[in-house]
Amino acid sequence: MSNIRLIARLDIKGPNLIKGIHLEGLRVIGDPYEHAKLYYQDGADELIYMDAVASLYGRNSLIEIIRHTAYDIFVPLTVGGGIRSVDDVRNILRAGADKVAINTAAVRRPGLISEVSNSFGSQCMVLSIEAKRDGRGGWEAFADNGREHTGMDVIEWVKRGEELGAGEIFLTSVDQEGTGKGFDVELVKTVEDTVSIPVIASGGMGEAAHLLEVVREGKADAVAMAGILHYKRMSVSEIRNIVLAENIKVREI
Amino acid sequence: MKSNVTIIDYGLGNLFSIKRAFEHCNVDAKITQSHDDIGKADRLVLPGVGAFSAGIIGLKELHLIEPIKEYALTGRPFLGICLGMQMMMEASEEFGKHRGLGIIRGTVVPVPSKGAGSEKLKIPHVGWNSLCKPGYVDSWDKTILQGISLGTYMYFVHSYYVEPSDKNNCVAFADYGGHRLPAVIAMGYIYGCQFHPERSAAKGLHILENFMKI
Repeated sequence: MSNIRLIARLDIKGPNLIKGIHLEGLRVIGDPYEHAKLYYQDGADELIYMDAVASLYGRNSLIEIIRHTAYDIFVPLTVGGGIRSVDDVRNILRAGADKVAINTAAVRRPGLISEVSNSFGSQCMVLSIEAKRDGRGGWEAFADNGREHTGMDVIEWVKRGEELGAGEIFLTSVDQEGTGKGFDVELVKTVEDTVSIPVIASGGMGEAAHLLEVVREGKADAVAMAGILHYKRMSVSEIRNIVLAENIKVREI
Repeated sequence: MKSNVTIIDYGLGNLFSIKRAFEHCNVDAKITQSHDDIGKADRLVLPGVGAFSAGIIGLKELHLIEPIKEYALTGRPFLGICLGMQMMMEASEEFGKHRGLGIIRGTVVPVPSKGAGSEKLKIPHVGWNSLCKPGYVDSWDKTILQGISLGTYMYFVHSYYVEPSDKNNCVAFADYGGHRLPAVIAMGYIYGCQFHPERSAAKGLHILENFMKI
């Protein structure tokens, strides 16, 4: 088992860092760059940038934001939102990202996963999943930032994604996202049991206990956190110290 | 005068992260595809993420294989990062057998999917792992790891690892499920890092600074 990773998730809309509930009702938090820098300095293991609107409105200034962010942040940076082609991926990597997270375009054309994986390596191809409970004991994958039904079963989809060459799964529970009420541990556990690539749990972290639960019971390889950091309820270093005190393997700084 | 480093661009790899990391260390970093630049370099970096065969094909298409090999013979400082390090070896088993640059003797083999206790291991090996020193290495002084403490964490992401024929070429390793994966290899002033110093925060940048001083 690798050390778990503490990842700061930054949702972006235009020039702003934003935060919603269930990926909706987006509220402006501030300057993404300032927050990214703060999280980097405080020891975040990675950063994830998700552009909330790109997949609806086409390209915007995301590339500029990445270039600005990547300028003096020296941990891995994953970028998602609106990526549709190998050329998009190349442009995002050239701006300073290390990996791309793809959801909507992969749902529409699963072959994109293989194209990205073959061109840049599977470690670069993060399959982003927005999961909602379907009321029948399973989960449905959503597209367009949790807005659009795909009719696809999450478990079937992650299995297929892994076969096509995804290197990681970025798994957001839309039900839990923004609530601060804890992760959908069952979702994470079920996906972990299905694939052998790393899974990043996202959505719902309101306190450190939630992280411990999703790592211990959900077997998450990495944990993404947003609101808890943006609203300054806890810092990355405080969270890291709790994780260390609980004897969970994590990078020591 | 600022010191300078030459970074090889063959279409793969996070060149811009590496360039920025060197610039942050107050180094002039030049990205190039030109043989002449490689021949004239004071310090050379071969970056890379992705598949071995794609990397070698990229170098071949740009006719960079021979210039890189010639550079390696000069004894000037040379750093391979991740796939760049792997390509320094003689051959790789990634997606069939492929020949490497053959600068350092040894091969590139898959990260085992089972740990020493036969527990399931995630592939790729991704995340922060700590650097260990093999017993036969007295100290990291006068290497690119000078000033780095034992157990320092670096960022790894790879599915294959190098096995140098001469174990003395391995100066640091990372433990993954009980397997010792070489993390830094060295032969004279030729170095390879399996992890990404440019993505390993302040300690990683320190390694790049060291590379500029050897």
